[in-house]
Amino acid sequence: MDLKLGHYNKDGIEVVDVEGEIDVYTAPRLRELLIDLVNKNNYQLVVNMEKVEFLDSTGLGVLVGGLKRVRAHDGSLDLVCTQERILKIFRITGLTKVFGIHDTVDLAISARKSEK
Amino acid sequence: MATVEVSFTPLPAHVRTARLVATAVARRSGVDESLLDEVRLAVGEACSRAVEAHRRHCPTEPVRIEMTDLGERFEVVVRDSVPSAQATPATANGHGQASHGHASHGNAGHGNAGHGNAGHGQAGPGQDNFGLDGHADDPGAHDDSADGSAADGSALPPGGLPGGFGLAVISGLADDVRITATVSGVSVRMTWPAAVGAQALRAYISCTKSNLSLP
Repeated sequence: MDLKLGHYNKDGIEVVDVEGEIDVYTAPRLRELLIDLVNKNNYQLVVNMEKVEFLDSTGLGVLVGGLKRVRAHDGSLDLVCTQERILKIFRITGLTKVFGIHDTVDLAISARKSEK
Repeated sequence: MATVEVSFTPLPAHVRTARLVATAVARRSGVDESLLDEVRLAVGEACSRAVEAHRRHCPTEPVRIEMTDLGERFEVVVRDSVPSAQATPATANGHGQASHGHASHGNAGHGNAGHGNAGHGQAGPGQDNFGLDGHADDPGAHDDSADGSAADGSALPPGGLPGGFGLAVISGLADDVRITATVSGVSVRMTWPAAVGAQALRAYISCTKSNLSLP
């Protein structure tokens, strides 16, 4: 299926809901959204990937690019994901050490708040 | 002859189609359900890389995929038509291969143990088989370079995702990967185990039928 994107603010953190497949075709849309959010001064991001059905290295590149952007503003980009098929991709690429990965959006937000 | 061959215009939208076809043929060839996600992702990575290379160098040439049921193995070969920069000297030496990366299971990350790049490079000392420097075509790398901001010295790899990242991901997924770069292009050959049990069962049924002289 195609990529569906949505976002909302919760407790001062911008939550990005991603649904569908993130690949070489759809990843540019996610990148544009992340860039747009950062340009609008949202530097605390949580990307909810619970409904992501497919993720490839293009998608990983977009997420890493987003992380670099928010970190340039002392921000953060955390992920929400419990799907083994998606988590495996983060593991084999070593990116589990780069991203904070949480089970729920609320846990991601509370973890971020507790670090402040 | 390949079981199924697909060629497609190098557009990102078609990579999904290639993934779906490869997964369907893998399933049909007896690849275990637990491995189909790996087939899907690895073929997608190989096709994404080829598409990006074609879009830069030869956008009218199709990307080609061959999927073959070899009995005990299921093989996918993704071929592009972009010559590797390393291909020329190697071909001049008569090797016919510029780089021949044969990666085992490994970690495709940055500096972790078990790096998948354990190949036997023929193109020169110190060459990264995944780099395929003739065309730095990794889409992940594009995303990062587009961002342009400097890494902050944390756990991020220097400069973001390294070139050839997609190929590195493949090495972590496919059971067996061979990357061959020649003057005619780069081919990524991947194989996975097919269901030997299913093959044996089919052979047994076939044998039984013939012994019984069924019509």
